Amino acid sequence: MTATQEPTTGQEIGRDRRRKEDQRLITGRTRWTDNITLPGMLHLAMVRSPFPHARITGINIEAARQATNVVAVYTGADLGEAQGACINAWPVTTDQVTPPHVPMPTDRVAFAGETVAVVVARSAAEARDAAELVEVDYEELPAALDLKEAAAAHETGGALAHPDLGTNVTAVWKFDSAEAGTGGDVEQAISEARANGIVIEREYRQQRLIPAFMEPRSVVVDPTGEQITIWSATQIPHILRFALAATTGVPESKIRVIAPDVGGGFGGKLQQTPEEMIAFAVARRLGKPVKFTETRSESLLTAHHGRDQWQRLTLAATKEGKVTGLKVDLLADLGAYVAIVGGGVPVLGAFMFNAIYKFPAYQFQTTNVLTNKTWTDAYRGAGRPEATYAIERLMDELAAELGKDPLEVREMNWIKHEEFPFTTVAGLEYDSGNYEAATARAREMFGYDELRAEQAERRARGDKVQLGIGVSTFTEMCGLAPSRVLGQLNYGAGGWEHAEVRMLPTGKVEVVTGASAHGQGHETAFSQIVADRLGVPFDDVEILHGDTQISHKGLDTYGSRSLVVGGEALVRAADKVIEKAKPIAAHLLEASADDLEFNGGRFTVRGTDQGMAITEIATAVFAAHNLPDGVEASLDSEATYDPVNFNYPHGTHLCAAEVDTETGQVKLRKYVCCDDIGVVINPLIVAGQVHGGLVQGIAQALWEEAVYDENGTLVTGSFVDYLLPTAADTISFEIDHTTSPSTTNSLGTKGVGEAGTIASTPAVVNAIVDALRPLGVNDVAMPCTPERVWRAINEGSAGGETTGAAAPHFDPSTGMSGTVDRAEGDVQ
Amino acid sequence: MIPAAFEYVAPTSVEEALAALAEHGDDAKVIAGGQSLLPVLRMRLNAPEWVIDLGRIDSLRGVRDGGDHLVIGAMTTHHDVGQDPLVHEHALLVSKAITHLADAQVRHRGTFGGALAHADPAGDLGAPARALGATFVVQGPGGTREVPADDFFVDLFETAISDDEILTEVRVPKHTGWGASYEKFVRIAHQWPIVAVAAAVRLDGDTIAEARVGLTNMGSTPLRAAAVEQALVGQPATEEGVAAAAALAAEGTNPPSDLNGDADYRRHLATVLTRRAVLSAAGRS
Ligand SMILES: Cc1cc2nc3c(=O)[nH]c(=O)nc-3n(C[C@H](O)[C@H](O)[C@H](O)COP(=O)(O)OP(=O)(O)OC[C@H]3O[C@@H](n4cnc5c(N)ncnc54)[C@H](O)[C@@H]3O)c2cc1C
Repeated sequence: MTATQEPTTGQEIGRDRRRKEDQRLITGRTRWTDNITLPGMLHLAMVRSPFPHARITGINIEAARQATNVVAVYTGADLGEAQGACINAWPVTTDQVTPPHVPMPTDRVAFAGETVAVVVARSAAEARDAAELVEVDYEELPAALDLKEAAAAHETGGALAHPDLGTNVTAVWKFDSAEAGTGGDVEQAISEARANGIVIEREYRQQRLIPAFMEPRSVVVDPTGEQITIWSATQIPHILRFALAATTGVPESKIRVIAPDVGGGFGGKLQQTPEEMIAFAVARRLGKPVKFTETRSESLLTAHHGRDQWQRLTLAATKEGKVTGLKVDLLADLGAYVAIVGGGVPVLGAFMFNAIYKFPAYQFQTTNVLTNKTWTDAYRGAGRPEATYAIERLMDELAAELGKDPLEVREMNWIKHEEFPFTTVAGLEYDSGNYEAATARAREMFGYDELRAEQAERRARGDKVQLGIGVSTFTEMCGLAPSRVLGQLNYGAGGWEHAEVRMLPTGKVEVVTGASAHGQGHETAFSQIVADRLGVPFDDVEILHGDTQISHKGLDTYGSRSLVVGGEALVRAADKVIEKAKPIAAHLLEASADDLEFNGGRFTVRGTDQGMAITEIATAVFAAHNLPDGVEASLDSEATYDPVNFNYPHGTHLCAAEVDTETGQVKLRKYVCCDDIGVVINPLIVAGQVHGGLVQGIAQALWEEAVYDENGTLVTGSFVDYLLPTAADTISFEIDHTTSPSTTNSLGTKGVGEAGTIASTPAVVNAIVDALRPLGVNDVAMPCTPERVWRAINEGSAGGETTGAAAPHFDPSTGMSGTVDRAEGDVQ
Repeated sequence: MIPAAFEYVAPTSVEEALAALAEHGDDAKVIAGGQSLLPVLRMRLNAPEWVIDLGRIDSLRGVRDGGDHLVIGAMTTHHDVGQDPLVHEHALLVSKAITHLADAQVRHRGTFGGALAHADPAGDLGAPARALGATFVVQGPGGTREVPADDFFVDLFETAISDDEILTEVRVPKHTGWGASYEKFVRIAHQWPIVAVAAAVRLDGDTIAEARVGLTNMGSTPLRAAAVEQALVGQPATEEGVAAAAALAAEGTNPPSDLNGDADYRRHLATVLTRRAVLSAAGRS
């Protein structure tokens, strides 16, 4: 079964359309924020703290102020309340401890990289030069760096990220199926299993990751004119506008935020950043346009990071392998501040640890902890990759304990296709799915039995290169989110999306969406939907987004929501256009509206050859010479759609990896996945999302890790040390789809943006562990570096901590004679 | 990332370059391909007042036959050295190492001399240069000196080139007919080696008659594994024959510990990679 059907003529949905936005995005002949230059524009450079935790005892800006073409230098004290504040939109508990987050602090820095002063100059280079001249005196404070130690600091007297708070724990959020009435008592299930079943206890580490989007963040603020205009490389123009208004006192109506073309985000641009707030304040102070574009190093250091959890897990099962309970106890590192979603990220995972399975009892707890490191927030999958990793690793452990095939153990526990819709132990109602079909297809593509045979053969032979097979059967909740659910979770906003469809006099169509694309291909996919709905050519549809004056209402793009929520709003707005056109068509065709049919872009009078295209009606409405009485001269329509439920894509991912037992090197051999994402609008875009997602998830398993040294300095501060893979490091993926249309939106679509990332990480690690299990290995910590794999084989550990030191390929001492005094950990 | 301001000169002869260097002394830096220097400047790890570009000195570019050795001009790009038929014929080990060096963009700008002068112990050219016994020709105000490879690399990022000198060419003794292999161990493709082993062997039938082995990133300079070389002589070119000699590879090394691996892991890797490199150089894998 596959959704890649031959397109029937005129049918856009399901068609492999090349992305209409790609030429301009790829050539760069477009509006990236940093490409924007305004008359008289000034440039900013940030002076950042080299220390993770320190009191600011003095800032001397005199030398910088005297430097060539410097217009101003400001500290936090200079800007005062005009800076506004960085908000946390989701206090996960009513008693959450939330440190105030001033964009530029005046007295104390809480992570290395935090801005303490801003230089404004006529050119970016001059601003940068002068920033070197700002002298800041710091008095170092003990820094909370280790997550586990930080979590206990209020008891042990350890370092506090914010001494005034008295604790590093910001919130403890808990879900218990017995208390919620959605399932049984987990403690009871565990004690029964201890007596007469199987208990698997593990502790897994979700390492800290950096979203590492392609375009570094950039912001331009123009305060000349009635509204202050902000261009920002952001995923969330609407939310940013709200936050600017809410925290600076500038009326929302006086603020226009534009996210022009934005080069990737992966959640990393789902933030209201200190730099945006500082640029806003400086532009207002000076009355001149300003620009700030970060360097790659600044981006890696200060744009929010992702993941960073310890997961303590207890799985109870019968001797036959039926899971009877799952208990999850997390420690989540929020970094120095509670970011916009912040502590909500682990909570988003809370509903997903039970995954595709029918667990009778479930308990989840997360302890959210502040440390003196870069703040963390949403990163592709946000909470759900962590959950999927944990449960899919555990299911393989259970299978190993039972001596059964991991697919068989999963099947024993998963929801059968005839049981949908299914209410889970976490209280969610899964709309549709067919795990049997996706697994059967993946198995067949993979050549599962042959690879198992090869594995057995290599084991028997004692081959130095062992083969492992990793399974991951994932699901996720997509389409953030029903506003009512968000309200129950104490989230600060709703989860609806807005769309408008405008019929232009020439028959072209403008579509306005509140979703804010940053590389997803919305312009193409949304055009396909509208083209089908209105029966107009694909090329006649223009998608407008990312400007709060054009798209005045919206909740932006994240959480695989744009198509499943925003697409539905689009469909409803388009349907309203047709509804509005109908009486006009009837009037012009001199027929009764009841006799009209709308098909392929034309109203026809049933049983006659009379008809009229909707585009002709648009022209007639423009002229408005001959409209029925009381009908307004507009077809334009809008719709705001609030989903009633999430939707639940799923898929079976199979990974074969070869592990060189002499060196610990892991090589991917084969990767197949069969995802069920409901109805596919554009298979080409879907393939792109899946491929990119897979690489990002595989990268967590094998390569990426943000590493700090014991001084709290980020040592993976450039792409020399933060290992992002390229095409040279990956293999060809084989992907396919089964189709269980979603029942929660009329297009039948499910989210796909995060699927690959969520599913692939455990598939890879399971493959590595599977290869090495006969050697006594049952865990390798991520990223599974060759060294860790080698240690797992030779020392029986999961590989230990990464050494907090980077190789100095660009060392200043490189036989050089010139000198620059540089505070350790300083960044430019 | 914007470097601090600097003055720029691009002389067209070695003499002019040396004069500029003499004039600006400590405040000047020579730039070749810029693939190491520019990141340093852009990250503001260093800020020389003068940058002297060697890019317009034609005499520093190209590979020629010097009789019993090859002469590789310091400003020859990695790409050009890697593609050169003379290098392939007489110093195959260098060609092999270059195929693994960085990526195509870096190879088109970075230079043979620049990489060796930069003296990153993780650089891919130091170990082949040491293994093949290259001679470094350095020119300064007092004239030209020849520095043997064993004396050229002094420490991390430090060579025998003085502040008032430049490296003009590297002479690589011909190893015609030798098999060669460069085993570079990385986590992702565009990385500096965690450890790499450069091996060249001359076979006499199935026996190893002579061997040259260099180690990358196993200490503060590129190293030559002399003990391995000696132990290989007279051994059969088989897994067993080579393994015992390769086991000596980590002796006397002092590798770093960093993100990509601790010293003990690198020592282990050196022995495995040495065995593989020698076998592969001998055409046995
Ligand atoms: C992304 C990236 C990846 C890389 N990966 C690798 C890799 O995998 N393996 C590897 O080996 N290298 C790697 N490199 C480094 C690359 O090989 C550089 O080309 C090399 O280190 C420097 O050569 P260059 O000609 O660019 O020298 P430059 O950067 O111009 O100069 C480097 C240093 O040498 C000095 N210098 C240059 N020429 C002379 C001379 N003739 N006489 C005296 N001093 C001189 C300069 O003053 C400077 O101090 C990488 C570089 C980058 C940017």
